[in-house]
Amino acid sequence: MSNVSRRKWIKAGVVAATGVAGLGAAARIAQRYGLIPPDHGGIYGVGETLNYASYKLCTRHSLAREFSPSQISKPPFANEIAPLNDAYKRLQAGGFADWRLTVDGMVDRPTTFSIAQLKSYPSQSQITQLACEEGWSYIAEWIGVRLSHVLNLVGAHRQAKYVVYFSIDLNWWDSIDMGDALHPQTFLAYGMNGDDLPVGNGGPLRMRVPRQLGYKNVKFITRLTLTDSMKGFGKGLGSASPEGGYAWYAGI
Amino acid sequence: MERSASVELPLEANATSAASSVPFATVRSRHSALVRVTHWITALCFVTLLVTGIEILISHPRFYWGESGNVLTKPLFQIPIPASRKTVPTGYGYVLPDQNGWSRYLHFQSAWVVVLTGLLYVISAVFTGHLRKNLLPCKGDVSWRAISAVAAKSLLLRRPSEAEAWSYNALQRLSYLFVIFVLFPLVIWTGLAMSPAFVAAVPVSVELLGGQQSARTIHFFVSVALALFLVVHVAMVIVAGFWNRVRAMITGRGTGMERI
Repeated sequence: MSNVSRRKWIKAGVVAATGVAGLGAAARIAQRYGLIPPDHGGIYGVGETLNYASYKLCTRHSLAREFSPSQISKPPFANEIAPLNDAYKRLQAGGFADWRLTVDGMVDRPTTFSIAQLKSYPSQSQITQLACEEGWSYIAEWIGVRLSHVLNLVGAHRQAKYVVYFSIDLNWWDSIDMGDALHPQTFLAYGMNGDDLPVGNGGPLRMRVPRQLGYKNVKFITRLTLTDSMKGFGKGLGSASPEGGYAWYAGI
Repeated sequence: MERSASVELPLEANATSAASSVPFATVRSRHSALVRVTHWITALCFVTLLVTGIEILISHPRFYWGESGNVLTKPLFQIPIPASRKTVPTGYGYVLPDQNGWSRYLHFQSAWVVVLTGLLYVISAVFTGHLRKNLLPCKGDVSWRAISAVAAKSLLLRRPSEAEAWSYNALQRLSYLFVIFVLFPLVIWTGLAMSPAFVAAVPVSVELLGGQQSARTIHFFVSVALALFLVVHVAMVIVAGFWNRVRAMITGRGTGMERI
């Protein structure tokens, strides 16, 4: 081996070692600042992590665009929903009077709320767009209570990192980080366009996360759990979506 | 040791004078290592972006203008293909399988790689002189007469001359510049303008385009333009001598072109 090529190999080795060490350090810093999404593993983990980390670093405090009442989509749109289960139909027959939202996990006071109770809290509204990963979108007025309000009522622990939310449809659950959970536009929505939230749009209660795509806005919410780790939920990927091949972070 | 062309000759072969002074059938450096590496990374990403883009498109092959659009909205136009969702009225009696999940994951991952690669290419092109020497056309070449002469030659599928074989002709330079500085930025911009998180942070990015659905429609047309560029690009490579050109883009060395 000539001197030139040996020098070349040593140089390449140093560069590679520096690269690996740099990546390791970057990963540790990213972990510490919560830049790593639960579905960071696998062959698409790099892109998913870059999406989520850049969102966290650059845009976490921004507000979703709000529109004027004249821009609300007419006729109002509702995407097709999966067949409703018996538990849902029973509650629907009772006019959702017995619908309950349970909040538990890392909270001081695990609580169960009725829709009427949720409606008794300060009501907020936003005219925002719901965009689907398929490509279509619609604009509607969403009425509800801020998720942050409910989290304050139950005394969310500081160590909690995620709010996991479950639909009455057992196959549908998702989670958002605390930054998104405490965002002023994140609602537990019970109304739409001046009326109760229609069944087709997730009535009586839907999670509304306007800075993420439609599938993060889970319909028919019955339970919220606060946690510091997604490991105990499903396959630990953050939501049902990655188990079905879809990204956990849906801001793009 | 193999003869290294880059030692004896400038990395970026250009100018007619250099070409004429070198005998035919010699081995010469044609593309710098950076150009070659970024070219193939871009090529790979481009193919994955195109395939996954088509997969995403078939979940809703309808296009709209303005802020919002859905199956209850009158489309601007609809692509007459079956869809991967039964909610979209396509006229076909069947629904294609849903491939959106991995397609979206891969689309964004490829986008990150191609954007970072593109930045590396553009920055290095400015600093190494690649932009000035190989991409910006010479003054005399930017006239209707000169360009139409090159275009006519290309359309007739005539093989390039020896001088042209070592550099890019004016039409090539203009189309590369258009792709690098117009189509790529546009496709990135319109892509980001569909992201609810991005437009929350930079609302003007979507407002300038006329809305999220407009951004999607423009994204589609720019992608079509890029796909057309790819077709013409590959066709021209075939005309110029496929294996020779591909080898040059892989190894950096092209054997001298035989006289036509």
